[in-house]
Amino acid sequence: MITLWFSLLVLCWMLFFVLEGFDFGVGILGPALGRDDHERGAIVRTVGPFWDGNEVWLVAAIGVTFAAFPDWYAALLSALYLPMVAILLLLAIRGVALEFRGKGDGPRWRQLCDAALTTSSAGIVLLWGAILGVLTHGLAVGPDGQVTGTGLSRSLGPLASWPALAGAILALFAALLLGAAFLSLRTTGPVHVRAQRATLAIASTGTAVLAVLGIVTGSWLLLAAAALSLIITLIARTGREMLAFAGTATGVAGAVVAVFTHHGDVVLRSTLNPAWSLTMTGAAATGSALKLITVVGVVVLPGVLVYQAFSYWVFRKRVSSERVPS
Amino acid sequence: MDVLDLTRLQFAVVTIYHYFFVPLSISLAATAAGLQLTWLRTKNDKYRDLTKFVGKLLIVTFAVGVVTGLVQEFQFGMGWSNFAKFYGDVFGPTLAIEGMLAFFLEATFLALWYFGWDRLPRKVHAATIVIVAVGTVLSAFIILAANSFMQHPVAYSIDPVTGRAHLDDFGELLLNKVNLAAFPHTLAGAIMVGGSLLLSIGVWRFRATAEAGFRTLARLGAWLTVLGGAFTAITGDHLGKVMTEVQPMKMAAAEALYETTTGAPFSAFALGKLDGSEPYFTVDIPYLLSILATGDPHSTVQGINNLQEQYTAQYGPGSYIPMIPVAFWAFRLMIGIGMAAMVIAAYYLWSTRKGREPERWHDRQLIRFLPLIPLLPAAANTVGWIFTETARQPWIAFGISKVADGISPGLTRAEVIASLIGFALIYGIVAVVWYRLVRHLSRQPLAPSKDEPAPVADEAPVY
Repeated sequence: MITLWFSLLVLCWMLFFVLEGFDFGVGILGPALGRDDHERGAIVRTVGPFWDGNEVWLVAAIGVTFAAFPDWYAALLSALYLPMVAILLLLAIRGVALEFRGKGDGPRWRQLCDAALTTSSAGIVLLWGAILGVLTHGLAVGPDGQVTGTGLSRSLGPLASWPALAGAILALFAALLLGAAFLSLRTTGPVHVRAQRATLAIASTGTAVLAVLGIVTGSWLLLAAAALSLIITLIARTGREMLAFAGTATGVAGAVVAVFTHHGDVVLRSTLNPAWSLTMTGAAATGSALKLITVVGVVVLPGVLVYQAFSYWVFRKRVSSERVPS
Repeated sequence: MDVLDLTRLQFAVVTIYHYFFVPLSISLAATAAGLQLTWLRTKNDKYRDLTKFVGKLLIVTFAVGVVTGLVQEFQFGMGWSNFAKFYGDVFGPTLAIEGMLAFFLEATFLALWYFGWDRLPRKVHAATIVIVAVGTVLSAFIILAANSFMQHPVAYSIDPVTGRAHLDDFGELLLNKVNLAAFPHTLAGAIMVGGSLLLSIGVWRFRATAEAGFRTLARLGAWLTVLGGAFTAITGDHLGKVMTEVQPMKMAAAEALYETTTGAPFSAFALGKLDGSEPYFTVDIPYLLSILATGDPHSTVQGINNLQEQYTAQYGPGSYIPMIPVAFWAFRLMIGIGMAAMVIAAYYLWSTRKGREPERWHDRQLIRFLPLIPLLPAAANTVGWIFTETARQPWIAFGISKVADGISPGLTRAEVIASLIGFALIYGIVAVVWYRLVRHLSRQPLAPSKDEPAPVADEAPVY
């Protein structure tokens, strides 16, 4: 039962990082791939109907974490207090910039929104990447299941580490690639051409960087990422956009699963004493709560997937970035 | 302020802010659904234009509600991790189910509706906004169940080993009698907020453009404000009686009633010490407090001092008295401001009945100041929540866990102050931008102009 809930939790986080991953990537790439107001508008429209539904996967993920593993939720969020605040504020800026962009008046307003969208998207990706990196390493969990320490050193200290840095860089790379592949898939016109080129450039650069890092550090994870990146480079060269996007998404999904299952049944590793680590069974809620969310999760989530897929199908038409002569 | 008070302040700030946008989303979604169904039935394009107009307001409001609502999901772990651990079994599933059942519906179908005008068959398209409206109401019901647990814990047992709360029965949690009373009261209050916004915009734009649709909008908003107000009063009365039963201290604080009294009066107004302990001038309505509390004018209402004695005996030493001045005044302001909004809206309806134009001097003054009316229900909603939440103190979940025990260990003032500044800054900017956008969107004409060519399907709506 706990394994089932853990799987559902990983599924929610995975869908959040994949789906919002391309939203963030599109946000970051906006100014680079859209040369003027019109093109940037087209870029924003590719995620317009989807970003909000995608973000709900974060609500689901954090809700399921709280519901199924309250100790994990409590320890992680209170320990990483300031990074979480920063993420929430950046998410607020991102959502508002995206949603308000076309409602205001004048190109200056839209420029401001574009700038806010790009910086906030980049910030969110770097922070989540760093936090995923920290998760692979663990936190200073004490004997009572809460993270020891206090203040800024506890809040920000874990982010100033190699795993956090590696996580941030990998996440930025993944979001850029997802964003570029998604834009290739969803546009026509000049933005489409540039997005295709960007996909190729990001994938090939990523292959080289990841391969070098993988060889230097001897990390199999990085080497696997490099190999995947190489495959995506080759796919992108043939112009098969759907396959390139699907490949990238699979890679990101795999990485998220790898992070969450990195320590076996330990969900939050203690860097102080392995015995203090939060385990799946130790951090889990009790039977009745788990049973309830199992029923709702198994009944409701497939429905959610169906109607979200329906929404992607309704808005399947590519967004044109060409100027229509009027 | 120490770290506990700062963390409480932060929770209050982000929650109150979030709750300006929630009632608007609930009522605007319901209004848009109602208008679109009316359009489908009557085929009168005026209603389509109104639906689209309300839809624009809904979409910018909903966006702010979403990004500030996300913060709520994290708050319990960030600032209140001991509470999250203690209460996770009850609160966690509730939040998770709210997200899976309601938020996905709202977010996905709102996008389908907003962008789907030209892409979905008419009836399917109308169904999407109905689903959004149902989603908002569903989410209100579930989250109020979580709050009702804090007011009146039910359907739980305390684990003798870990000392943590276990959820026994989710159905019982949802059907908490406090929730059954608070849910309709909250919905009615929400309808007032959205109604008054439409009234405000309708009056303002009708004065500026004389476009007939804005008059319809204003009168629709006024009706919603009046009906919402009446329903708020009825449901509030019921909630008050339930509250007297489960949290007598809250209702004693609402009247600053220190000694247990039979046939207790209600003071509509009081001068004296802020906490009402030594009033030297009051306007008392005899028997009203007893009626509000139980429905019987001769019933006995328990006083603060007696309850304090009783609670010390029951829960151990300590103060069980909430901030009396806050409770006393918030309760009065909630009722006074809310009812004022209802009366003003009713007067507007009367002065514009049967196509009349408000022409007398005081009518014109009313029209001048009517655009400010949304401030009243919004303020009434806010002080209502301030009353509900502060008058429960010192409890985080009444009778089982105190606020002071819920805070995250190791949290520092510096962190909370930094985050408080961050939230205040970003939320402040967002509020200003939201206000300016609503003004900007309201200035656009209701009916699409005949001279302009219809926008290309792919280009509209502009994003």
